[in-house]
Amino acid sequence: MAVRVKIPVPLQRLTQGKEEVEGDSGTVISLITNLDRKYPGLGERISEGGKLRRFVNVYVNEEDVRFLKNEETEVKDGDEVSIVPAIAGGAS
Amino acid sequence: MEFTEEQLKRYSRHIILPEVGGKGQQKISAAKVLIVGAGGLGCPVGYYLAAAGVGTLALVDNDAVELSNLQRQIAHSVKTLGVNKADSAKKTFEALNPDVNVIAIKERINSKNILELIKDYDIVVDGTDNFPTRYLINDACVMLKKPLVSGAILRFEGQVTTILPGDGPCYRCLFEEPPPAGLVPSCQEAGVLGVLPGVIGALQATEVLKLIIGKGKPLKGQLLIYDALGVNFRKVKIPKNSDCPICGENPKIKELSDSPEQYCSI
Repeated sequence: MAVRVKIPVPLQRLTQGKEEVEGDSGTVISLITNLDRKYPGLGERISEGGKLRRFVNVYVNEEDVRFLKNEETEVKDGDEVSIVPAIAGGAS
Repeated sequence: MEFTEEQLKRYSRHIILPEVGGKGQQKISAAKVLIVGAGGLGCPVGYYLAAAGVGTLALVDNDAVELSNLQRQIAHSVKTLGVNKADSAKKTFEALNPDVNVIAIKERINSKNILELIKDYDIVVDGTDNFPTRYLINDACVMLKKPLVSGAILRFEGQVTTILPGDGPCYRCLFEEPPPAGLVPSCQEAGVLGVLPGVIGALQATEVLKLIIGKGKPLKGQLLIYDALGVNFRKVKIPKNSDCPICGENPKIKELSDSPEQYCSI
């Protein structure tokens, strides 16, 4: 059993259209680094210089990692990680 | 306020619900809701709130209806091409329900006019298309303690949350800052499935009605994410950020300001 990572629609073109991918347990940042090897470009959309971008939120089992240990938050096999970018569309 | 025979009939399916009843319908009739943006989200939100009999409905938009809007902006039509969107939607909503006082505000909302525009309303609905306006609406609602029902859409995905200032997190607690300009494609470039704002707008209208009648659990402290392709509804928690620049313990933002236009998403 791996870590299940929910990919938001705007990033699914980097994951061959997959809405969920599997990742390795460890920390949030190691998970993202490893995913970037499999899905190049994903890492830089979510993080920069080892830090999560401030307009992209990462949740481990519905908990915002900013209020846990941020990039160093641990993820275990069976956890669900959600990547949620800010979106703004609505009117035009 | 007493309902007429006609109104009793019009709202009978509401009144028969124990959670709404005559009292709830009276609250709906007395409510004043302001919707920013009479586009993809503003159309379905306004349409359903007008049908529900919300007493006063203000629509803020200074854009004109274009043909490319009609794929999703259901309050407009070929007859109102070139007409201001607030005016166009006002006509549609009044035709559906003449009880509703629809006010078209043909202005672009900004740091100078927003407080004056929202101060007399009970609830604000965000259906705008850019980050600076979203942060501005959030900040103004926090300052005036106005409940804010926020919705956003892009491509096949939507987000909804209800912000109750003083009683839960705000939009800045959720996303600390907007994506930098230039990094992101515009909504026009990225596209949106026409029915998506219908789903998200209907959820926003539901939240508004729940707040008005005071029933159920508001979607506060949570972000609801809808993925149309995967048919997933997910909720994540939004913790209140004690360092939030607008609603935290030592707010840094004391005055509203306008920032340059930016678009959409990563």
